[in-house]
Amino acid sequence: MSKFPKLLTATAALTLAAAPAFADTFGLGRVALPEEITAWDLDVSPDGTGLPVGSGNVMDGDDLFQENCAVCHGVFAEGSGNWPELAGGVGTLADDDPVKTVGSYWPHLSTAWDYVNRSMPFGNAQSLNPDEVYAIVAYMLYSNDLVDDDFTLSNENFLDVAMPNADGFIVDDREATEYPIWRAEPCMENCKDTVEITMRARVLDVTPETDTPAAQTETVTAAAAEAPPRRQPRHRPRRRSRRSIPRWWPRARRSSRNAPPAIRSAKAPRTAPARISTASLAGSSAASRISVIPRGSTPCATKDVSGTKPAWPNSSPRRRPISRATRCPFPV
Amino acid sequence: MTDSSNPTKPSRRAFLSGAAATGAALAASSAAAQSPDPLITEVQPWASGLGDGVDAAPYGLPIRHEADVIRRNVEWLTADTISSINFTPIHALDGTITPQGCAFERHHSGAIDMTKGDYRLMINGLVDRPLIFTFADLERFPRENHVYFCECAANTGMEWAGAQLNGAQFTHGMIHNMEYTGVPLRTLLNEAGLSGDVAGKWVYVEGHDASSNGRSIPLEKALDDCLVAFSANGEALRKEHGYPVRLVVPGWEGNMWVKWLRRVEVMDGPVESREETSKYTDTLADGTSRKWTWVMDAKSIITSPSPQMPIKHGPGPMVISGLAWSGHGAITRVDVSKDGGKTWQTARLAKPGEKMALTRFYLDTEWDGGDMLLQSRAIDETGYVQPTKAQLREIRGENSIYHNNCIQTWHVMPTGEAENVEVS
Repeated sequence: MSKFPKLLTATAALTLAAAPAFADTFGLGRVALPEEITAWDLDVSPDGTGLPVGSGNVMDGDDLFQENCAVCHGVFAEGSGNWPELAGGVGTLADDDPVKTVGSYWPHLSTAWDYVNRSMPFGNAQSLNPDEVYAIVAYMLYSNDLVDDDFTLSNENFLDVAMPNADGFIVDDREATEYPIWRAEPCMENCKDTVEITMRARVLDVTPETDTPAAQTETVTAAAAEAPPRRQPRHRPRRRSRRSIPRWWPRARRSSRNAPPAIRSAKAPRTAPARISTASLAGSSAASRISVIPRGSTPCATKDVSGTKPAWPNSSPRRRPISRATRCPFPV
Repeated sequence: MTDSSNPTKPSRRAFLSGAAATGAALAASSAAAQSPDPLITEVQPWASGLGDGVDAAPYGLPIRHEADVIRRNVEWLTADTISSINFTPIHALDGTITPQGCAFERHHSGAIDMTKGDYRLMINGLVDRPLIFTFADLERFPRENHVYFCECAANTGMEWAGAQLNGAQFTHGMIHNMEYTGVPLRTLLNEAGLSGDVAGKWVYVEGHDASSNGRSIPLEKALDDCLVAFSANGEALRKEHGYPVRLVVPGWEGNMWVKWLRRVEVMDGPVESREETSKYTDTLADGTSRKWTWVMDAKSIITSPSPQMPIKHGPGPMVISGLAWSGHGAITRVDVSKDGGKTWQTARLAKPGEKMALTRFYLDTEWDGGDMLLQSRAIDETGYVQPTKAQLREIRGENSIYHNNCIQTWHVMPTGEAENVEVS
């Protein structure tokens, strides 16, 4: 494994050299029973190892998806708010605003099967049987325009599905591309001719409040007058319309459904309490809110967004992330 | 008497309004007091009455005056707190050990409530004997103590495209550093019996929670220094950190430190799970993505002064303090610049750096009351020098999300306030 740090490899070699000493065991634990291993050993590898016998088609997958998944991932698997989009985004990976989905990004179909089977639906994991998982994964492929609507996915044709970004990954190459450059004696004196501030965090003003609110709002005004002009964000926000059919939506489906239907009997997400607390927080802070850093003095900067409907589908009314930099880097 | 009823520290705005007066007082303080200090000349309540008895708090929390030293969430980052992250208040901490109660949390399906009695750990796959261990079994193996940092790969990930969040807590707070007690994973693998060649083999590790958060780790690393830990900082792991058992993967990204560890499978290849393909892969400018970027490169951050920790005194002696760490080994040196990287001074390490653990540095210096563009730069035992954001962007672009270990800049203003900025 070339990418493995030399230090670790050396250490591991020492460990292995000492292997005879490890032959001694403590006799602790007990042998795992086959049924126990079957119950827990669910992982599926890229070559299909671990896949159970079964199958499911796109149409059944559609029903199952609307029932179990659409509340977070959208009717068309296009995502909802900050919840992950699963479809679309092909050709965007080199853009300023890449859209990473099962179709545009995931290199292995096994990953989708494995994750749906093991960890979805959110809040009701491991409740789907293998045929249902095959059907949902088939629907995700259909949503990504990778199969037709009469497609059936099974353990037998699983490896026949070509994932568009299968060749889009390289093994960590920092050892070759970065470390030789940065393992050098650094400059200590006269390292630059000039230093200028090129960007300030206050421009975006998306830092959570950490001071105690109220009481000191007058001093903010004075400080704000000295704040630098607000600059336009360098990046556009992620755009998504949940009301229109995505451009990548298959033609056949466009004709059969003019618009996404309402989510049918979708379970309420387990997350309701958190959302309620968010709303109440936003309402109470409208008048007394102060930010960590004084706000800018331009009309744009001083516009109070408290209480207004956020432009960003899932942003808090108090804060409007306006840069691509605010994109959620976390799986949810 | 002073404002001892205020549960929080003076805010920055309170500081602003009182800065002039404070500065004047400080300027005069070394010469002579203007009037007797009533805190000294008058008998204070605490000097006359009685305090709390023992057992007022059978398990104590920090005194109420430190109530603002807490984990904080950035609401807009994620759709929900169940699958989300919060941030260690590193700006307000000193030394290197992170108290468990304010160490950042990262859950994928929420922090589960599991007893030691219900805990089981399975070792299976390419082993001689697939085994099940109970918690009590784990306690009977020889155990070790090690201090390690755990850094989320996405720490500083919101700063790739520009300076965005005002506070070391938010830019660098996806990290904690604890003393772990546990059993080396190699001990447990040996108990199950490894035969044949180790090279090219992997372990797949997963948790008891609904996300499972499965990750593939080369067997070499598993046999090297991974720890199956059940205590941190001398007490049981907290629920939010994987009680009763989590995996510790020193120097490698926090996502691999699987909480509520339930299964370790020895395999002949990586699973390429969701957490190691769709997430925790680093997209470069041309759209290709690096995978298996496990090691956390050398990094440092000035925790004070910083946006949440303005300078509250006038010109004169001051301490610039920060943290440095490297997944490649020990920190050997940290340099600090006050002028945005034109000139650098080598800071003092509070203790010699330890492998894959936080190192505290201090620059004991003088503030002239003017603007500063504060930066710190970590150097580790491999000679790796923490890069600038421009250097990182040149190679990776701005879409990597993960592994942003750039040099951070704080603009400290004459008011003592500080802001997160980028400089040329």
